[in-house]
Amino acid sequence: MPIIEVHQLIKRYKNANTNAVDGVSFNVAPGELFALLGPNGAGKTTIISILTTTLSPTSGTATIAGHDLEKSASEVRKNVGIIFQKPSLDLNLTAEENVRFHAILYGLYPFRLTFSTMPIQYRQQIDELATILGIEKEIFNPIKTFSGGMTRKLEIMRSLIHRPKVLFLDEPTVGLDPASRRNLWQYIQKVRQESNTTILLTTHYLDEAEEADTICIINRGKIVSYGTPEQIKAELIEEYILVDATDRARLRTELTQLGFAFTETPHFKIQLNGSTAHYIVKSINTPLNLLKTHSPTLEEAYISIVEQLT
Amino acid sequence: MSELNGILAIAYRDLLKFLRDPIRIVSTLIFPAMFVVLLGNSFEGLDTRFSFLTYVFTGILAQTLYQSTAMGIISLIEDRENDFSQEIFVSPVSRYTIVFGKIFGETLVSMTQGVPILLLGLLIGIPLTIKQLIYLFPISIIVCLAGGAFGVIVMANLNNQRAANQIFPFIMFPQYFLAGVFNPINALPWYLNILSLLSPMRYAVDLIRGIFYADLPDYSYTVLQSPSFNLIIVIITFIIFLMIGTWVFVRGERNR
Repeated sequence: MPIIEVHQLIKRYKNANTNAVDGVSFNVAPGELFALLGPNGAGKTTIISILTTTLSPTSGTATIAGHDLEKSASEVRKNVGIIFQKPSLDLNLTAEENVRFHAILYGLYPFRLTFSTMPIQYRQQIDELATILGIEKEIFNPIKTFSGGMTRKLEIMRSLIHRPKVLFLDEPTVGLDPASRRNLWQYIQKVRQESNTTILLTTHYLDEAEEADTICIINRGKIVSYGTPEQIKAELIEEYILVDATDRARLRTELTQLGFAFTETPHFKIQLNGSTAHYIVKSINTPLNLLKTHSPTLEEAYISIVEQLT
Repeated sequence: MSELNGILAIAYRDLLKFLRDPIRIVSTLIFPAMFVVLLGNSFEGLDTRFSFLTYVFTGILAQTLYQSTAMGIISLIEDRENDFSQEIFVSPVSRYTIVFGKIFGETLVSMTQGVPILLLGLLIGIPLTIKQLIYLFPISIIVCLAGGAFGVIVMANLNNQRAANQIFPFIMFPQYFLAGVFNPINALPWYLNILSLLSPMRYAVDLIRGIFYADLPDYSYTVLQSPSFNLIIVIITFIIFLMIGTWVFVRGERNR
């Protein structure tokens, strides 16, 4: 049974002429990494807001972990964790206080004024958390003193302490340097392996989405492409090799004789059309001075999908 | 039980935020201090039958408690899209818990602000007795709660921070005069009198004065209606504003 079921979701904001989300349906299986891609304003954040119960859909239904979004919003909230686009840590509070308030709001522990009066289980949890993050000393310092990558990681850890079945990550790595990004993703992958948490991700970094089990590209509120990263790439990207020779006339004649479809760009661009690069290169006798294989990236697929539509 | 914990956590966070923000603490004191010292003292020489300084002081005390709580609630609009409050809105606590926690928290903040105002009063020679302070304490809490409920109904009807920042002064500023914060309002022309009677802050200010002046000879010059009458009006408006405001807010929150 899918952990997220979305059926014909439509959202039209008040005073808007068009639907921000326009009849979107998809399912996510437990443990999946599901990436929602699309240009700015495509409707990604609107979908996340609806799925995390902070926005009501105009029509359509959705369930998370079997709970209907409209009828049992509170149950849905207990089962999800969210990392927002904008950091949601309170800068005036310490790292520990931020986590403590989260834990109390999710009904895990009773309210206490100080850390030392909190239950022992909570204090152990904080100790572990600080160790994993390597901030044993800084855990009682204000968030202001933390780096961007560290606050993101802390947010993710905080959102996991109520053991959500689904974690929403809305552009989690925006503004992070490459090292912090990689570090954060290693941590997210570890969480997935350990707890089998389902993750719904939005991102503009296509290399992050390459890791996804399923990719759903939306544009202007509609799904325009859906499938595994391989399927999406295969559908849209032509695979080809580029070759060239000193004796261009000879190569041209040979390629025509062999029956390969090619264009001159000015290098000879040979479509694979189901054949392999190895087979094509082996067939050519003309000495080559250039050989390039082209393996498509998701980014190219994405851009060609989005560009086709605009 | 977890809802009660939620209320306490939300309220405690508000208080901590305030106590850790020295600039905000100082700025919330400048306004009342300025009015009491400058305005109160400059009219003190006029031939009034009562101390104008004390009159302004009591008015400013009530106004600060009322307005500070109201403004704190309105910050929920801004918070909804920023920082930790996004967290609060996706947590499983009920929307009513969020509103109550916020009112309770902002009441704690306003009461904290009231302490230095009272100290300022003692410093400039306002006669304050222990008995007055004991009575003023619970009444101040009620005035804060009333301001909080007023904040909820204003917030529920404004959908963004820009609208709130632009409209709030127009709702608050006329009330300073209509509620008689620093001007006696017992001889207003009839049309202003109607507006004054409609101003919810009027009853909060008059209630604080009724308690402060209870045993003083200036009572008849400074207080308009009996404290019990004002208390009833304040409680009624509190309940109405809170119920309608919370209902509208909770309903509107997800229907954008």
